[in-house]
Amino acid sequence: MAEGIASKPRTLAEKVWDAHTVVKGDGGKPDLLYIDLHLVHEVTSPQAFEGLRLENRPLRRLDLTIATEDHNTPTEDIFSTIADITSRTQIETLRKNAAEFGVRIHSLGDMEQGIVHVMGPQLGLTMPGMTVVCGDSHTSTHGAFGALAFGIGTSEVEHVMATQTLPLAPFKTMAITVDGTLKPGVTAKDIILAVIAEIGTGGGQGYVLEYRGSAIRSLSMEGRMTICNMSIEAGARAGMVAPDETTFEYVKGREHAPTCELWDQAVEYWKTLPTDEGAQFDREIFIDANELEPFVTWGTNPGQGIPLSQAVPFPEDFQSESDTAAAQKALDYMGLTAGTPMKDIPVDVVFLGSCTNSRIEDLRAAADIVKDHKVAENVRMMVVPGSQKVRAQAEAEGLDQIFKDFGADWRFAGCSMCLGMNPDQLAPGERCASTSNRNFEGRQGKGGRTHLVSPLVAAATAIRGTLSSPSDLEPATA
Amino acid sequence: MEPIKKHTGIGVPLRASNVDTDQIIPAVYLKRVTKTGFDDALFANWRKDEKFILNREPYSQGTVLVAGPDFGTGSSREHAVWALKDYGFRVVISDRFADIFRGNSGKQGLVAAQVTQDNVELLWKILENEPGTEVTVDLENKTVLCGSVEVPFEIDDYVRWRLMEGLDDIGLTLQQEGKISEFEKSRPAWLPKTQ
Repeated sequence: MAEGIASKPRTLAEKVWDAHTVVKGDGGKPDLLYIDLHLVHEVTSPQAFEGLRLENRPLRRLDLTIATEDHNTPTEDIFSTIADITSRTQIETLRKNAAEFGVRIHSLGDMEQGIVHVMGPQLGLTMPGMTVVCGDSHTSTHGAFGALAFGIGTSEVEHVMATQTLPLAPFKTMAITVDGTLKPGVTAKDIILAVIAEIGTGGGQGYVLEYRGSAIRSLSMEGRMTICNMSIEAGARAGMVAPDETTFEYVKGREHAPTCELWDQAVEYWKTLPTDEGAQFDREIFIDANELEPFVTWGTNPGQGIPLSQAVPFPEDFQSESDTAAAQKALDYMGLTAGTPMKDIPVDVVFLGSCTNSRIEDLRAAADIVKDHKVAENVRMMVVPGSQKVRAQAEAEGLDQIFKDFGADWRFAGCSMCLGMNPDQLAPGERCASTSNRNFEGRQGKGGRTHLVSPLVAAATAIRGTLSSPSDLEPATA
Repeated sequence: MEPIKKHTGIGVPLRASNVDTDQIIPAVYLKRVTKTGFDDALFANWRKDEKFILNREPYSQGTVLVAGPDFGTGSSREHAVWALKDYGFRVVISDRFADIFRGNSGKQGLVAAQVTQDNVELLWKILENEPGTEVTVDLENKTVLCGSVEVPFEIDDYVRWRLMEGLDDIGLTLQQEGKISEFEKSRPAWLPKTQ
């Protein structure tokens, strides 16, 4: 670390950036940043491996690289041959590349296989103060540990493979302070949906977000991951939460966590990471946690969200002409009429899964709601654990049986219906309450309509058949 | 990468904000393992609508896309840039670009030119009133010329330099090999290793 920098109060993000600067860019050039962990999956890596091959370049740090299969994998019949030939080719290509270059890979059927952003933290590979990249925009998830983690394109994937560094222009910092106490039934997902509705899908462009305040501090690591995960939906490449005892507790004892003296060294360093008193953020946002309610999206981008207790907005009520036009277009696509109470909207599908909400805590919360209920008529529910390990843990706790008794589909791990690359897709016109992160047109299947919700709202919706929160439920009769 | 200093081609007005990468290229087209051959995938869902701008002459021949704010949001898929390039686009103009999309564009020789929304509206009007109007994007002077109207655009100077020189990022970084190796010696021992 350069001398002199330490004297000026710095933010968490600046500290991690400074500690990884290999070459400081001058005259408008980007800094060259060292990358501590590179996560690889089948969709954004084949062209990067091919690039290395064509240039006869080795993969520089195999010991900082790990691969898994997630985007394209089936969530049922995982032990038979993948029917879709292009999906199969892509997965086989990753396996071939991993073998040829020597990359550690967790393939379908392996206990560590799963969504890349569930796998990293679960192995203890994600720790405070690290730089983490992956050819996937939801890499921001790992920021929950106080790591600087962001998604990259395939050219950058190849760049990291070849050099273990990335040239990056400095970013601005934004503090998002969420103070107060969440009401029962309000979760991390509702916080982040409210943040995105507040700053918009472009509000975070060029920034690294730091989530602060008492409501953030009181969240579990799972909750913090949910929040950081969706930073990209606000346009920010990365979101971070300062490490604290909750973080250390989560990391401790995991497969790749340091032990003994190294653990003590690590913790000592991690404790220096939180933003210094007096450090300046380029922008600050304040959210009152006491006022938050369960949130849901009504439109086709994650910024088009409102409290579940409200009604579908009127396009003409938006301030700018382009927002009005975007709202009208979204309502047309979503098949919604302005003024309809959100809770009157019936759904066809409920999807519990994705790198946003597929961890054990999410499954427990949803199982707790659906226990002793039956899924609403005409609704199908799919539960897709984030990793095989999460799946095994859920089965050990009997959660799978609760979901099956409820009438939900219990699947194997993967990205699944979050992006519908595998057979898990919505049919045209189908409406889905989804715990995933993107409600874009066609995201979950061509013509499919997505409402982003928390696991609690997903569970309550599956019971009632219309968008609902747990407080709308009658006490169970069983 | 081919150097690009100036480009002239037919402008396409795309009146939409928040054009996310799932619209630019739907996920089902991401299964290919090549870097080319994505031209059919560009805006695949929207192109099924015969009124969509790229289904109309002469816009279908366009090489400069003029879009609303927040272009390229969402997924990091570089396939979005490959698809735009494979179709024939060399420049995308918007008031705001998503960070990852902008980064990917710079690496692949697609110019992401930032033009204020007021000027985007101006370009839209010209391109709609006179379909087939050519747009000239000049990286040297950072200007967009459309008919008789010239407007400035913004682009990161380092990215602009690389585009104009056609430089490969990895080659540039590998010139710093000594510094990377030196840095690696100072990495703390508690950091994890995957193998």
